[in-house]
Amino acid sequence: MTADAPILEARGLSLRFGPVPALDDVALRVWPGEVVAILGESGSGKTSLLRVLSGALPADTGEVLYRDAAGAVVPVHGSGEAALRRLARTEWGFVHQNPRDGLRLNVSAGGNVGERLMAVGARHYGGIRAAAAEWLRRVEIDPARMDDLPRDFSGGMQQRLQIARTLVTRPRLVFMDEPTGGLDVSVQARLLDLIRALVAGLGLAVLLVTHDIAVARLLAHRLVVMRRGRVVEHGLTDRVLDDPQHEYTQLLVSSVLAA
Amino acid sequence: MSAAATLAGYNFAYLDEDTKRMIRRALLKAVAIPGHQVPFGSREMPLPYGWGTGGIQVTASVIGPADTLKVIDQGADDTTNAVSIRRFFARVAGVATTERTAEATVIQTRHRIPETPLREGQILVYQVPMPEPLFRLEPRVAETRRLHALGDYGLMHVKLYEDIARQGEVTISYNYPVMVNGRYLMAPSPIPAFDNPKMDRMPALQLFGAGREKRIYAVPPYTEVRSLDFEDHPFEPPRPAAACALCGSRDSYLDEVVTDDRGGRRFLCSDTDYCAERRAAK
Amino acid sequence: MSGDWALKAEGLAKTFTLHLQGGTRLPVLDGVDFAVAPGECVALAGPSGAGKSTLMRCLYGNYGAEGGRILVRHRGAPADLTAADARLVREVRRETLGHVSQFLRVIPRVPALDIVAEPLLARGMALDEARERARALLLRLNMPPALHSLPPATFSGGEQQRVNLARGFAPGYPVLLLDEPTASLDAANRDVAVALIREAKAAGAAVVGIFHDADVRDRVSDRLFAIEPRPQEASRSAA
Repeated sequence: MTADAPILEARGLSLRFGPVPALDDVALRVWPGEVVAILGESGSGKTSLLRVLSGALPADTGEVLYRDAAGAVVPVHGSGEAALRRLARTEWGFVHQNPRDGLRLNVSAGGNVGERLMAVGARHYGGIRAAAAEWLRRVEIDPARMDDLPRDFSGGMQQRLQIARTLVTRPRLVFMDEPTGGLDVSVQARLLDLIRALVAGLGLAVLLVTHDIAVARLLAHRLVVMRRGRVVEHGLTDRVLDDPQHEYTQLLVSSVLAA
Repeated sequence: MSAAATLAGYNFAYLDEDTKRMIRRALLKAVAIPGHQVPFGSREMPLPYGWGTGGIQVTASVIGPADTLKVIDQGADDTTNAVSIRRFFARVAGVATTERTAEATVIQTRHRIPETPLREGQILVYQVPMPEPLFRLEPRVAETRRLHALGDYGLMHVKLYEDIARQGEVTISYNYPVMVNGRYLMAPSPIPAFDNPKMDRMPALQLFGAGREKRIYAVPPYTEVRSLDFEDHPFEPPRPAAACALCGSRDSYLDEVVTDDRGGRRFLCSDTDYCAERRAAK
Repeated sequence: MSGDWALKAEGLAKTFTLHLQGGTRLPVLDGVDFAVAPGECVALAGPSGAGKSTLMRCLYGNYGAEGGRILVRHRGAPADLTAADARLVREVRRETLGHVSQFLRVIPRVPALDIVAEPLLARGMALDEARERARALLLRLNMPPALHSLPPATFSGGEQQRVNLARGFAPGYPVLLLDEPTASLDAANRDVAVALIREAKAAGAAVVGIFHDADVRDRVSDRLFAIEPRPQEASRSAA
């Protein structure tokens, strides 16, 4: 058995919005370098789970523990906003479904990528610019567009810019909320390929929320299937998708239209 | 001008003692946390918001019968506002007033720092219209308070970055943001960027009052005040365009004065006292 | 078949429960006992639908098991694949257990060379060395260099199969599962595949294969393991 510890661990998470159970006794673990997809349809609780895990929303019960770069265990809820912000700026990343939620639209592409560097103390203009150019290249945006505003970019480009902005500080754990949602199919393919390569190349741990089985199969090592706030099945991605045990998982898998 | 009899029916320096006490508590907090904005209960003053009510309240709370007051507006002692405020304190506090920086113990200023270096024991009171340095970048007050609490100032550096990317240099010419004591981002009030270096480790006490926004902040003597910049684009105070036409100074901030309608102009020291001293010395 | 084994199944049972068909149960494997030793190639034999592919997928961890267990010799010690968590299965697949199927999941935009190099990179090999080894193997499988930099989406069946083979054989796994490895290949490339299997065996790999091509099967297999739809028989040696 491998001896390293999980980078994120959640136990007994429950959350109700009035009478509606958004999360019902959910447990989850993510190891360093691992991609875990939370698969579910609308109302499954997957987005609530992501928000609870990233500290944006407190659960009614349970706890979320993060193991930081120094090996210390940090409770995500209850550490205080300062600690959470520091994490969000350095060791964590967040890719929003709508890139507009993760970008400053009136700041240039270079400024968007450089902001996280400046927030953690980078003070050399030339160095910031060089790092921004490097990351734009890595997400296949022409560095010559560095001074352009994101509002002039296509949706796919905005999403790639968001990814560059998130990864520039080399986070250890990235939360992704439907990163390819709303994009054209060909654009999705390019983005998924990019995410796949970056995640593998950087050894990132990723917690990915999606309703798209193809995305889960392509990107995730492990799959967590959610329905009405409960985890109904979880395990190795190819096993859950090829040998689904739970009735709901079988329904999901059989519902996918073949190309 | 020597002390005249104070106006009957008014407390010393116009404000009642409880108000002064409240403002002094705010000032003590402000001095204890350099650069941090402290809310205070700004009172109704006999002049409207935007005319220096914050500065006047601060001055009224620290001034005593033995003080000598100087008031300047854009560096000049003889503008309408400077004259009015100086006369106001002469009447309600009976304090001595002066135009000479070196003789003053309390100096209230709008938008300039005197050219004559200040010394220990002097107090410089700034009039501040907008105390929040992040105001234009983040309009939500709750969010700016959080950013200050967390020391999260990336946003301001992004603004500087954007200036350099678009114009090749930072284009902030007044109210240039500074880091105080390495911790708080502060708006120095609309003084020209030229004046920023004077704030760094100034021997005098610097107090800032924003009456409309109801905030007080302070920089204690000998505190580090650094203008924001990048290592490879360091802050450079702008150099004066010419020499003063009256006293010949090349080191002071100059006002451009239009002399005729054919494009004629002269450059004169903005600090009237400084200019007069130099001329007297010749 | 006790003693020297690289991969074995003990009393393996696999039943599918189709909830969407009213909970219909489909038992496919019922108490399979199977083992393969290092340097040995065992061919799974039996009629279509008997469960050869199912057994293969169970051995790879792609299917779970309802009964029995699967053990693989991993890092010198037996590891229970049926009880293993996802991370352990991934570790076994990375280091010990290779799989060549007749389907290539086409990942858009990734060139054939990088598809082959990927498992090498996962095992810690440097990028240049991984690509070099991938290139050599593709050339050996008669894939012209022009194809190496193209994503396999537009390749023919035979070309895709050769990418599969290269990817499966490049890392040198101690245990190899081959599901129709020579499907869509012409005679020349079948010969290369046979050579690759023999070389793997000579290097000590344990090989389990499903071969529809009887000629290939006979050239590489040491024995057959027959799967009948009901309780398993003991294995027979190949002629």
